[in-house]
Amino acid sequence: MSLPGAKDVPIGAVITTPGSSLRYKTGGWRVFKPVINHEKCVGCRTCFLLCPDAAVEEVEEGGKRKYVVNYEYCKGCGICAAECPVKAIEMVEEVK
Amino acid sequence: MAKKVGITTNYAIAYAAKACDVDVIAAYPITPQTAVVEKLSEFVANGELDAEYVPVESEHSALSACIGASVAGARAFTATSSQGLALMHEILHIASGMRLPIVMSIANRSLSAPISIWADQSDVMNARDAGWILFFASSAQEAYDQVILGYKICEHPDVLLPALVNYDGYILSHTVEPVVLEDDEEVRRFVPKNTQRLKLDVDNPMTFGPVGPPDWYYEFKYQQVLAMEKAKEVILRAFDEFEKAFGRKYVPLEGYRVEDAEVVVATSGSFVGTAMYVVDKLREKGFKVGLLKVTVLRPFFADLAKKLLAGKKVVGAIDRAISFGAPMGGPLAMELASAFYNEPERPLIADYIMGIGQRDVKPEDIEYAFKKMLEYAKTGKVEKPVEYVGVRV
Repeated sequence: MSLPGAKDVPIGAVITTPGSSLRYKTGGWRVFKPVINHEKCVGCRTCFLLCPDAAVEEVEEGGKRKYVVNYEYCKGCGICAAECPVKAIEMVEEVK
Repeated sequence: MAKKVGITTNYAIAYAAKACDVDVIAAYPITPQTAVVEKLSEFVANGELDAEYVPVESEHSALSACIGASVAGARAFTATSSQGLALMHEILHIASGMRLPIVMSIANRSLSAPISIWADQSDVMNARDAGWILFFASSAQEAYDQVILGYKICEHPDVLLPALVNYDGYILSHTVEPVVLEDDEEVRRFVPKNTQRLKLDVDNPMTFGPVGPPDWYYEFKYQQVLAMEKAKEVILRAFDEFEKAFGRKYVPLEGYRVEDAEVVVATSGSFVGTAMYVVDKLREKGFKVGLLKVTVLRPFFADLAKKLLAGKKVVGAIDRAISFGAPMGGPLAMELASAFYNEPERPLIADYIMGIGQRDVKPEDIEYAFKKMLEYAKTGKVEKPVEYVGVRV
Protein backbone atom coordinates (compact mmCIF):
# COMPACT_ATOMS: atom_id res chain seq x y z
CA MET A 1 0.00 0.00 0.00
CA SER A 2 1.45 3.39 -0.87
CA LEU A 3 0.80 6.11 1.68
CA PRO A 4 0.55 9.83 0.83
CA GLY A 5 3.65 12.03 1.11
CA ALA A 6 4.37 15.02 3.33
CA LYS A 7 2.87 17.47 0.80
CA ASP A 8 -0.38 15.51 0.46
CA VAL A 9 -1.44 15.19 4.09
CA PRO A 10 -2.96 17.95 6.27
CA ILE A 11 -0.26 19.91 8.05
CA GLY A 12 0.43 19.26 11.69
CA ALA A 13 -1.03 15.74 11.49
CA VAL A 14 -4.60 17.04 11.77
CA ILE A 15 -7.14 14.34 11.02
CA THR A 16 -9.82 16.19 9.12
CA THR A 17 -12.35 13.35 8.82
CA PRO A 18 -14.24 12.55 12.00
CA GLY A 19 -14.69 8.91 12.87
CA SER A 20 -11.84 7.87 10.59
CA SER A 21 -10.29 5.71 13.30
CA LEU A 22 -12.81 3.06 12.20
CA ARG A 23 -10.58 2.64 9.16
CA TYR A 24 -7.70 1.73 11.38
CA LYS A 25 -8.22 -1.96 11.99
CA THR A 26 -6.31 -3.18 15.00
CA GLY A 27 -7.36 -6.83 14.93
CA GLY A 28 -3.99 -7.74 13.49
CA TRP A 29 -2.35 -6.92 16.83
CA ARG A 30 -4.02 -9.91 18.45
CA VAL A 31 -2.23 -13.02 19.68
CA PHE A 32 -5.13 -14.55 21.65
CA LYS A 33 -8.73 -14.07 20.63
CA PRO A 34 -11.71 -14.09 22.98
CA VAL A 35 -14.32 -16.73 22.16
CA ILE A 36 -17.68 -16.33 23.89
CA ASN A 37 -19.57 -19.42 24.93
CA HIS A 38 -23.17 -18.28 24.43
CA GLU A 39 -24.51 -21.27 26.38
CA LYS A 40 -22.74 -20.06 29.50
CA CYS A 41 -23.27 -16.31 28.91
CA VAL A 42 -25.82 -14.76 31.25
CA GLY A 43 -26.00 -11.46 29.37
CA CYS A 44 -24.60 -9.37 32.25
CA ARG A 45 -22.95 -6.87 29.88
CA THR A 46 -19.63 -6.77 31.75
CA CYS A 47 -17.53 -7.55 28.65
CA PHE A 48 -19.46 -4.99 26.60
CA LEU A 49 -18.91 -2.27 29.23
CA LEU A 50 -15.26 -3.00 29.97
CA CYS A 51 -13.87 -3.58 26.46
CA PRO A 52 -11.36 -0.70 26.03
CA ASP A 53 -11.83 -0.77 22.25
CA ALA A 54 -15.62 -1.08 22.18
CA ALA A 55 -15.00 -4.26 20.21
CA VAL A 56 -17.69 -6.23 22.03
CA GLU A 57 -20.98 -5.57 20.32
CA GLU A 58 -24.46 -6.01 21.70
CA VAL A 59 -26.92 -7.59 19.31
CA GLU A 60 -30.53 -8.74 19.57
CA GLU A 61 -31.23 -12.33 18.71
CA GLY A 62 -34.66 -13.83 19.22
CA GLY A 63 -35.60 -11.14 21.72
CA LYS A 64 -32.46 -11.92 23.73
CA ARG A 65 -29.34 -9.84 24.19
CA LYS A 66 -26.26 -11.47 22.74
CA TYR A 67 -22.63 -10.35 22.78
CA VAL A 68 -20.30 -10.81 19.83
CA VAL A 69 -16.68 -9.80 19.38
CA ASN A 70 -15.73 -7.63 16.43
CA TYR A 71 -12.44 -9.24 15.47
CA GLU A 72 -11.51 -6.42 13.11
CA TYR A 73 -10.81 -4.23 16.13
CA CYS A 74 -10.34 -6.59 19.10
CA LYS A 75 -6.65 -6.41 20.10
CA GLY A 76 -6.90 -9.51 22.26
CA CYS A 77 -6.19 -7.80 25.57
CA GLY A 78 -8.20 -10.40 27.47
CA ILE A 79 -9.96 -8.02 29.85
CA CYS A 80 -13.36 -9.49 28.90
CA ALA A 81 -12.21 -13.03 29.66
CA ALA A 82 -10.61 -11.98 32.95
CA GLU A 83 -13.70 -10.08 34.10
CA CYS A 84 -16.49 -12.42 32.92
CA PRO A 85 -18.23 -13.51 36.15
CA VAL A 86 -19.34 -16.88 34.71
CA LYS A 87 -16.11 -17.64 32.83
CA ALA A 88 -17.95 -17.75 29.53
CA ILE A 89 -15.04 -16.24 27.56
CA GLU A 90 -11.99 -18.23 26.61
CA MET A 91 -8.79 -16.77 25.14
CA VAL A 92 -7.77 -18.96 22.21
CA GLU A 93 -4.40 -18.61 20.53
CA GLU A 94 -4.65 -17.27 16.98
CA VAL A 95 -3.40 -19.69 14.38
CA LYS A 96 -2.55 -18.07 11.07
CA MET B 1 -1.38 57.59 16.22
CA ALA B 2 2.18 56.39 16.61
CA LYS B 3 3.98 57.88 19.57
CA LYS B 4 7.49 57.74 20.91
CA VAL B 5 7.78 56.78 24.57
CA GLY B 6 10.46 55.77 27.03
CA ILE B 7 9.78 52.20 28.19
CA THR B 8 11.59 48.99 29.04
CA THR B 9 11.79 46.13 26.58
CA ASN B 10 9.45 44.14 28.81
CA TYR B 11 6.81 46.85 28.43
CA ALA B 12 7.54 47.19 24.72
CA ILE B 13 6.74 43.49 24.33
CA ALA B 14 3.47 43.90 26.23
CA TYR B 15 2.49 46.89 24.08
CA ALA B 16 3.26 44.88 20.95
CA ALA B 17 1.09 41.95 22.08
CA LYS B 18 -1.71 44.43 22.79
CA ALA B 19 -1.25 46.05 19.40
CA CYS B 20 -1.55 42.60 17.80
CA ASP B 21 -4.90 42.18 19.58
CA VAL B 22 -3.96 38.79 21.01
CA ASP B 23 -6.97 36.71 22.06
CA VAL B 24 -5.44 34.57 24.78
CA ILE B 25 -2.55 35.19 27.15
CA ALA B 26 -1.54 32.31 29.40
CA ALA B 27 1.19 33.31 31.74
CA TYR B 28 3.27 32.40 34.71
CA PRO B 29 5.63 34.99 36.15
CA ILE B 30 9.39 34.52 36.06
CA THR B 31 12.24 36.96 36.44
CA PRO B 32 13.25 38.90 34.34
CA GLN B 33 10.17 38.51 32.14
CA THR B 34 7.47 39.14 34.79
CA ALA B 35 6.78 42.75 33.83
CA VAL B 36 5.57 41.61 30.39
CA VAL B 37 2.70 39.53 31.71
CA GLU B 38 2.07 41.98 34.55
CA LYS B 39 1.54 44.78 32.05
CA LEU B 40 -0.66 42.57 29.89
CA SER B 41 -2.81 41.67 32.89
CA GLU B 42 -3.28 45.40 33.44
CA PHE B 43 -4.34 45.91 29.84
CA VAL B 44 -6.90 43.13 30.16
CA ALA B 45 -8.14 44.30 33.58
CA ASN B 46 -8.48 47.88 32.35
CA GLY B 47 -10.39 46.81 29.29
CA GLU B 48 -7.68 48.12 26.97
CA LEU B 49 -7.23 44.66 25.54
CA ASP B 50 -10.08 42.26 24.90
CA ALA B 51 -8.33 38.99 25.69
CA GLU B 52 -8.70 35.94 27.86
CA TYR B 53 -6.00 36.12 30.53
CA VAL B 54 -5.23 32.69 31.98
CA PRO B 55 -3.03 32.74 35.10
CA VAL B 56 -1.70 29.19 35.23
CA GLU B 57 0.27 27.21 37.79
CA SER B 58 3.42 26.65 35.72
CA GLU B 59 5.08 27.45 32.43
CA HIS B 60 4.33 23.93 31.26
CA SER B 61 0.66 24.82 31.64
CA ALA B 62 1.12 28.30 30.17
CA LEU B 63 2.27 26.95 26.85
CA SER B 64 -0.23 24.10 27.01
CA ALA B 65 -3.04 26.64 27.44
CA CYS B 66 -1.68 28.62 24.49
CA ILE B 67 -1.73 25.45 22.42
CA GLY B 68 -5.36 24.82 23.32
CA ALA B 69 -6.23 28.41 22.46
CA SER B 70 -4.30 28.31 19.21
CA VAL B 71 -5.93 25.05 18.14
CA ALA B 72 -9.27 26.76 18.72
CA GLY B 73 -8.16 29.48 16.30
CA ALA B 74 -7.13 32.15 18.80
CA ARG B 75 -4.05 34.34 18.53
CA ALA B 76 -2.13 33.22 21.61
CA PHE B 77 0.76 34.85 23.45
CA THR B 78 2.98 33.97 26.36
CA ALA B 79 6.32 35.02 27.78
CA THR B 80 8.97 33.34 29.87
CA SER B 81 12.66 33.09 30.78
CA SER B 82 15.26 30.50 31.72
CA GLN B 83 13.82 27.72 33.92
CA GLY B 84 10.37 28.57 32.63
CA LEU B 85 11.43 27.86 29.07
CA ALA B 86 13.15 24.71 30.25
CA LEU B 87 9.95 23.57 31.95
CA MET B 88 8.07 24.22 28.71
CA HIS B 89 10.53 22.18 26.72
CA GLU B 90 8.36 19.19 25.82
CA ILE B 91 5.48 21.51 24.96
CA LEU B 92 7.71 23.56 22.64
CA HIS B 93 7.90 20.56 20.32
CA ILE B 94 4.15 20.01 20.53
CA ALA B 95 3.44 23.62 19.47
CA SER B 96 5.74 23.37 16.47
CA GLY B 97 4.70 19.81 15.59
CA MET B 98 1.04 20.85 15.64
CA ARG B 99 2.04 23.88 13.56
CA LEU B 100 0.53 26.50 15.84
CA PRO B 101 1.46 30.15 15.23
CA ILE B 102 2.06 31.08 18.86
CA VAL B 103 4.42 33.96 19.63
CA MET B 104 6.38 33.86 22.87
CA SER B 105 8.87 36.37 24.16
CA ILE B 106 11.92 35.31 26.12
CA ALA B 107 13.84 37.63 28.39
CA ASN B 108 16.99 35.54 28.04
CA ARG B 109 18.38 34.33 31.34
CA SER B 110 20.96 31.74 32.31
CA LEU B 111 20.00 28.29 33.58
CA SER B 112 20.52 26.80 37.04
CA ALA B 113 22.74 25.45 38.61
CA PRO B 114 24.08 27.50 40.23
CA ILE B 115 20.93 29.59 40.45
CA SER B 116 21.28 32.67 38.32
CA ILE B 117 18.57 35.15 37.45
CA TRP B 118 20.93 37.05 35.15
CA ALA B 119 21.27 37.28 31.41
CA ASP B 120 22.68 34.84 28.93
CA GLN B 121 21.27 32.89 26.01
CA SER B 122 21.59 29.36 27.36
CA ASP B 123 17.79 29.15 27.77
CA VAL B 124 16.96 29.73 24.10
CA MET B 125 19.96 27.83 22.77
CA ASN B 126 18.66 24.78 24.61
CA ALA B 127 15.41 25.25 22.69
CA ARG B 128 17.12 25.91 19.36
CA ASP B 129 16.04 22.61 17.79
CA ALA B 130 12.43 22.74 18.98
CA GLY B 131 11.18 23.87 15.56
CA TRP B 132 10.39 27.47 16.48
CA ILE B 133 11.41 30.51 14.45
CA LEU B 134 14.01 32.38 16.50
CA PHE B 135 14.27 36.16 16.50
CA PHE B 136 16.85 38.12 18.48
CA ALA B 137 16.30 41.75 19.40
CA SER B 138 19.11 44.12 20.18
CA SER B 139 16.87 46.97 21.36
CA ALA B 140 13.44 47.56 22.86
CA GLN B 141 12.19 48.80 19.49
CA GLU B 142 13.35 45.66 17.75
CA ALA B 143 11.64 43.50 20.36
CA TYR B 144 8.37 45.42 19.86
CA ASP B 145 8.66 45.07 16.09
CA GLN B 146 9.55 41.38 16.23
CA VAL B 147 6.39 40.47 18.13
CA ILE B 148 4.35 42.12 15.36
CA LEU B 149 6.50 40.51 12.67
CA GLY B 150 6.22 37.25 14.56
CA TYR B 151 2.46 37.01 14.06
CA LYS B 152 2.78 38.23 10.49
CA ILE B 153 5.24 35.45 9.65
CA CYS B 154 3.95 32.65 11.87
CA GLU B 155 0.33 32.88 10.76
CA HIS B 156 1.26 32.89 7.08
CA PRO B 157 -0.42 29.80 5.53
CA ASP B 158 2.94 28.63 4.12
CA VAL B 159 4.62 28.82 7.53
CA LEU B 160 2.32 28.09 10.50
CA LEU B 161 5.16 27.75 12.96
CA PRO B 162 5.56 29.30 16.41
CA ALA B 163 8.19 31.95 17.10
CA LEU B 164 10.36 33.08 19.99
CA VAL B 165 11.32 36.72 20.36
CA ASN B 166 14.55 36.84 22.36
CA TYR B 167 16.01 39.79 24.24
CA ASP B 168 18.68 39.75 26.93
CA GLY B 169 17.39 39.78 30.49
CA TYR B 170 17.97 43.01 32.44
CA ILE B 171 20.33 44.54 29.89
CA LEU B 172 17.34 44.86 27.59
CA SER B 173 14.37 43.67 29.64
CA HIS B 174 14.76 46.28 32.38
CA THR B 175 16.38 49.13 30.50
CA VAL B 176 14.27 52.12 29.50
CA GLU B 177 14.76 53.04 25.85
CA PRO B 178 12.92 55.22 23.37
CA VAL B 179 10.35 53.12 21.53
CA VAL B 180 7.95 54.11 18.79
CA LEU B 181 4.60 52.52 19.64
CA GLU B 182 2.67 52.29 16.42
CA ASP B 183 -1.02 52.98 16.27
CA ASP B 184 -2.80 49.79 17.38
CA GLU B 185 -5.25 49.99 14.49
CA GLU B 186 -2.41 50.25 12.00
CA VAL B 187 -0.65 47.28 13.56
CA ARG B 188 -3.87 45.29 13.32
CA ARG B 189 -4.18 46.19 9.66
CA PHE B 190 -0.60 44.98 9.17
CA VAL B 191 -1.22 41.67 10.98
CA PRO B 192 -4.79 40.58 10.23
CA LYS B 193 -5.61 37.31 11.96
CA ASN B 194 -5.39 34.20 9.83
CA THR B 195 -8.74 32.58 10.50
CA GLN B 196 -8.48 30.15 7.59
CA ARG B 197 -6.24 27.59 9.24
CA LEU B 198 -7.53 24.24 10.49
CA LYS B 199 -9.02 24.67 13.93
CA LEU B 200 -11.32 23.10 16.48
CA ASP B 201 -14.91 23.60 15.45
CA VAL B 202 -17.95 21.82 16.91
CA ASP B 203 -19.70 21.94 13.55
CA ASN B 204 -16.73 20.44 11.73
CA PRO B 205 -15.00 18.05 14.11
CA MET B 206 -11.36 17.14 13.57
CA THR B 207 -8.59 15.45 15.52
CA PHE B 208 -5.54 17.48 16.59
CA GLY B 209 -2.41 15.97 18.03
CA PRO B 210 -3.00 12.29 17.18
CA VAL B 211 -0.47 9.46 17.35
CA GLY B 212 2.10 9.38 14.54
CA PRO B 213 3.14 5.77 14.12
CA PRO B 214 6.40 4.91 12.30
CA ASP B 215 4.71 4.91 8.88
CA TRP B 216 3.40 8.48 9.37
CA TYR B 217 5.53 10.47 11.87
CA TYR B 218 8.47 11.20 9.54
CA GLU B 219 6.23 12.93 6.95
CA PHE B 220 5.00 15.43 9.53
CA LYS B 221 8.56 16.19 10.64
CA TYR B 222 9.47 16.69 6.99
CA GLN B 223 6.56 19.14 6.70
CA GLN B 224 8.27 21.17 9.43
CA VAL B 225 11.51 21.10 7.43
CA LEU B 226 9.63 22.47 4.41
CA ALA B 227 7.87 25.12 6.53
CA MET B 228 11.19 26.39 7.93
CA GLU B 229 12.57 26.62 4.41
CA LYS B 230 9.43 28.41 3.21
CA ALA B 231 9.64 30.73 6.21
CA LYS B 232 12.76 32.29 4.70
CA GLU B 233 10.82 33.85 1.81
CA VAL B 234 7.96 34.82 4.09
CA ILE B 235 10.35 36.50 6.54
CA LEU B 236 11.99 38.53 3.79
CA ARG B 237 8.60 39.60 2.43
CA ALA B 238 7.30 40.47 5.90
CA PHE B 239 10.41 42.55 6.65
CA ASP B 240 9.89 44.35 3.38
CA GLU B 241 6.22 45.06 4.06
CA PHE B 242 7.09 46.14 7.59
CA GLU B 243 9.54 48.69 6.27
CA LYS B 244 6.89 50.04 3.92
CA ALA B 245 4.31 50.25 6.70
CA PHE B 246 6.42 51.53 9.58
CA GLY B 247 9.74 52.64 8.08
CA ARG B 248 12.06 50.40 10.07
CA LYS B 249 14.21 48.06 8.02
CA TYR B 250 15.22 44.58 9.14
CA VAL B 251 17.28 41.83 7.58
CA PRO B 252 17.76 38.34 9.02
CA LEU B 253 21.53 38.73 9.07
CA GLU B 254 22.80 42.26 8.83
CA GLY B 255 26.29 43.34 7.91
CA TYR B 256 27.80 46.39 9.56
CA ARG B 257 30.94 47.71 7.83
CA VAL B 258 31.57 44.26 6.35
CA GLU B 259 32.19 45.21 2.69
CA ASP B 260 35.94 45.73 2.93
CA ALA B 261 36.45 44.03 6.30
CA GLU B 262 39.15 41.40 6.76
CA VAL B 263 37.64 40.00 9.90
CA VAL B 264 33.98 39.98 10.94
CA VAL B 265 32.43 39.04 14.20
CA ALA B 266 28.88 37.70 14.43
CA THR B 267 26.72 38.23 17.46
CA SER B 268 23.19 38.95 18.64
CA GLY B 269 21.16 40.69 21.32
CA SER B 270 22.60 43.41 23.50
CA PHE B 271 26.18 42.62 22.36
CA VAL B 272 25.33 44.16 19.00
CA GLY B 273 25.39 47.76 20.19
CA THR B 274 28.68 47.31 22.02
CA ALA B 275 30.21 45.51 19.05
CA MET B 276 29.18 48.33 16.67
CA TYR B 277 30.88 50.82 18.96
CA VAL B 278 34.04 48.69 18.96
CA VAL B 279 33.94 48.29 15.17
CA ASP B 280 33.76 52.09 14.77
CA LYS B 281 36.60 52.59 17.24
CA LEU B 282 38.86 50.06 15.55
CA ARG B 283 38.00 51.42 12.11
CA GLU B 284 39.20 54.84 13.25
CA LYS B 285 42.51 53.20 14.02
CA GLY B 286 42.60 51.67 10.54
CA PHE B 287 41.66 48.09 11.37
CA LYS B 288 39.41 46.46 8.79
CA VAL B 289 36.78 44.95 11.02
CA GLY B 290 33.06 44.40 10.64
CA LEU B 291 30.03 42.98 12.38
CA LEU B 292 27.33 40.48 11.46
CA LYS B 293 24.19 41.08 13.46
CA VAL B 294 22.03 38.00 13.85
CA THR B 295 18.35 38.91 13.93
CA VAL B 296 17.00 35.54 12.78
CA LEU B 297 18.78 32.38 13.89
CA ARG B 298 16.10 29.86 12.82
CA PRO B 299 15.69 29.47 9.95
CA PHE B 300 19.38 30.20 9.47
CA PHE B 301 19.98 32.23 6.33
CA ALA B 302 23.17 30.38 5.38
CA ASP B 303 23.29 31.76 1.83
CA LEU B 304 23.02 35.30 3.11
CA ALA B 305 25.76 34.63 5.67
CA LYS B 306 28.02 33.26 2.97
CA LYS B 307 27.31 36.22 0.71
CA LEU B 308 28.02 38.79 3.41
CA LEU B 309 31.12 37.01 4.67
CA ALA B 310 32.59 35.89 1.33
CA GLY B 311 36.32 36.48 1.11
CA LYS B 312 36.79 37.29 4.80
CA LYS B 313 39.94 35.91 6.33
CA VAL B 314 38.54 35.27 9.78
CA VAL B 315 34.96 35.12 10.99
CA GLY B 316 34.32 35.07 14.70
CA ALA B 317 31.30 34.50 16.84
CA ILE B 318 30.59 36.07 20.18
CA ASP B 319 28.44 33.49 21.88
CA ARG B 320 26.45 34.08 25.02
CA ALA B 321 25.86 30.36 25.64
CA ILE B 322 28.07 27.32 25.98
CA SER B 323 27.58 24.00 24.23
CA PHE B 324 29.51 21.83 26.64
CA GLY B 325 31.86 19.43 24.94
CA ALA B 326 31.01 20.65 21.42
CA PRO B 327 33.59 21.08 18.62
CA MET B 328 33.23 24.88 18.98
CA GLY B 329 32.38 26.56 22.27
CA GLY B 330 29.01 28.03 21.40
CA PRO B 331 26.06 27.60 19.07
CA LEU B 332 26.62 30.62 16.83
CA ALA B 333 30.17 29.59 15.95
CA MET B 334 28.90 26.15 15.00
CA GLU B 335 26.22 27.66 12.73
CA LEU B 336 28.86 29.66 10.90
CA ALA B 337 31.32 26.78 10.67
CA SER B 338 28.70 24.43 9.25
CA ALA B 339 27.39 27.07 6.83
CA PHE B 340 30.85 27.42 5.33
CA TYR B 341 32.16 23.87 5.56
CA ASN B 342 31.38 22.81 1.97
CA GLU B 343 32.63 26.02 0.40
CA PRO B 344 35.92 25.74 -1.48
CA GLU B 345 37.02 29.05 0.01
CA ARG B 346 36.07 29.62 3.56
CA PRO B 347 37.13 31.82 6.42
CA LEU B 348 38.89 30.64 9.55
CA ILE B 349 36.45 30.51 12.44
CA ALA B 350 37.05 31.54 16.04
CA ASP B 351 34.63 31.57 18.91
CA TYR B 352 34.53 33.93 21.88
CA ILE B 353 32.30 33.04 24.79
CA MET B 354 31.28 36.07 26.83
CA GLY B 355 28.68 37.37 29.19
CA ILE B 356 27.80 34.01 30.73
CA GLY B 357 25.43 34.54 33.67
CA GLN B 358 25.61 38.26 32.84
CA ARG B 359 29.34 38.57 33.43
CA ASP B 360 30.03 42.15 32.34
CA VAL B 361 31.12 42.51 28.73
CA LYS B 362 33.08 45.67 28.11
CA PRO B 363 34.15 47.13 24.79
CA GLU B 364 37.69 45.94 25.64
CA ASP B 365 36.48 42.32 25.66
CA ILE B 366 35.10 42.63 22.15
CA GLU B 367 38.20 44.55 21.10
CA TYR B 368 40.26 41.64 22.43
CA ALA B 369 38.31 39.24 20.18
CA PHE B 370 38.92 41.46 17.15
CA LYS B 371 42.64 41.77 17.96
CA LYS B 372 43.00 38.00 18.15
CA MET B 373 41.11 37.56 14.88
CA LEU B 374 43.30 40.16 13.17
CA GLU B 375 46.31 38.23 14.39
CA TYR B 376 44.90 34.99 12.95
CA ALA B 377 44.20 36.79 9.68
CA LYS B 378 47.88 37.69 9.50
CA THR B 379 49.25 34.26 10.43
CA GLY B 380 46.57 32.27 8.64
CA LYS B 381 46.17 30.05 11.66
CA VAL B 382 43.63 30.02 14.48
CA GLU B 383 45.69 29.54 17.57
CA LYS B 384 42.71 29.24 19.92
CA PRO B 385 39.44 28.22 18.21
CA VAL B 386 37.47 28.87 21.40
CA GLU B 387 38.19 31.38 24.12
CA TYR B 388 36.25 31.88 27.30
CA VAL B 389 36.66 35.64 27.68
CA GLY B 390 36.37 37.16 31.12
CA VAL B 391 36.37 33.97 33.15
CA ARG B 392 38.76 33.47 36.09
CA VAL B 393 40.68 30.29 35.34
